[in-house]
Amino acid sequence: MTATATKQVRPRHLLDFQDWSPERLTAILDNADTMLQVLDRPVKKVPALQGLTICTAFFENSTRTRTSFELAARRMSADVMTFAAGASSVSKGESLRDTIEVLTQYRVDAYIVRHHASGAAHLVHQYSGKPVINAGDGRRAHPTQALLDAYTVRQEFDSLDGKTVAIIGDIRHSRVARSNAELLPKLGAKVVLCGPATLLPADLAGLPGVTLTTDPVQAVRGAHAVMALRLQQERMSGGYLGSLQEYADTYQVNEALMQHAESGAIVLHPGPMNRDVEISADAADGPRSRILKQVENGQAIRMSVLYHLLVGRD
Amino acid sequence: MPAKATILSADEIRRGLTRIAHEIVERNRGAEDLAIIGVHTRGIPLAARLASKLSELEGVEIPTGMLDITLYRDDLSEVAHQPIIRETHVPFDIARRRVVLVDDVLYTGRTVRAALDALIDLGRPLGIQLAVLIDRGHRELPIRADYVGKNLPTAKSELVKVKLQETDGVDIVELWDLEDVK
Repeated sequence: MTATATKQVRPRHLLDFQDWSPERLTAILDNADTMLQVLDRPVKKVPALQGLTICTAFFENSTRTRTSFELAARRMSADVMTFAAGASSVSKGESLRDTIEVLTQYRVDAYIVRHHASGAAHLVHQYSGKPVINAGDGRRAHPTQALLDAYTVRQEFDSLDGKTVAIIGDIRHSRVARSNAELLPKLGAKVVLCGPATLLPADLAGLPGVTLTTDPVQAVRGAHAVMALRLQQERMSGGYLGSLQEYADTYQVNEALMQHAESGAIVLHPGPMNRDVEISADAADGPRSRILKQVENGQAIRMSVLYHLLVGRD
Repeated sequence: MPAKATILSADEIRRGLTRIAHEIVERNRGAEDLAIIGVHTRGIPLAARLASKLSELEGVEIPTGMLDITLYRDDLSEVAHQPIIRETHVPFDIARRRVVLVDDVLYTGRTVRAALDALIDLGRPLGIQLAVLIDRGHRELPIRADYVGKNLPTAKSELVKVKLQETDGVDIVELWDLEDVK
């Protein structure tokens, strides 16, 4: 570092990866190693966030992400307040701003937000003035999922440098694909995005370290990890696909497709899975699968993210 | 700016650790159930040296481990940077052991308090004893060491620097004025 280098400001939010340096991101992955150790102990809890109250504000359904965040916060000794929009005044017409301003009066110290609208997490910060973690907003970003994906690949190959991750499926509607396309190249990996032309937005081709293809065999060739994405059938009203069977015949991640990947390549899926559509049972349950490992790693990564954002002062 | 004073030379550190090893054996009537756990950073090489001396004295292998207390600190909202979490590695069941916790300097006692919490989360040891190379006073908690290399009355405006071969390339303990270190 030169004498004129400016001090790096530590981000207090995880909305996407725009303001995050590779060093900060690597620190989160490194600290997740320790968090995994904590999860293996008889007492799976540390007092690092004792006294803090964290609100999981989920305006969109989620089971695994919300559970994973809540457990992560509790493992760090934070108090957790669960807010589910479906069972709240939001269903009576209350605005996001009013909801957050009310919650903030309960002395919430940080928010974990999922929302169907891109940019909602940013608004929560604006209205609350507190650190915010984006747990998925619209089609835009799902940063902790990308971090746990990166961590799972790094765990397998020791380093992400020079590795290739192929992501196959409904790229258009996937915030997971977008976040991975933003994160992995920052950490030295290449990303290949693959899907039918109707589900492959051309604007992603401009991202550094990212290539696009409609050919799944070409996508997995040389790949160290292959991630199948859920076909979001609830968002398929636009006539993007001929039929599910046609999609599965071409784009399903299965053992036959994996034969074209690197010999030790692993299979990932952010869940929930449509078995026999985007992924076959032999790929989901076979020896290459790290899908359950992703779930385990998700908790450790979220503990690390909470620690990174909430501990220490600027 | 040089140090104000050299407190312990390499030979004095070695002799201090040898004396502590004898005291540990004396107090525990041998080393059968003992384990030695060092607190990051300089407690770890000190723990390894003590374990080696105990093995020489008693002819038994002494299990050793390393403890990071970062996640147990009670001042994390006050620290001005992101504390780095290091490895905790205790590859044996502490429930059947008398554990000697090792650190370089005992000062306010807050590190030891955090270490006790971290240790007890790993299991319920038969007992915990504390060995430190330097006890410089100024305790803020009711904690005392069982084994001390050197008691060193200090002012709060001073800093005790322990340097070890394994971490710093030299064995020496120095006293500095905090002002001169900034």
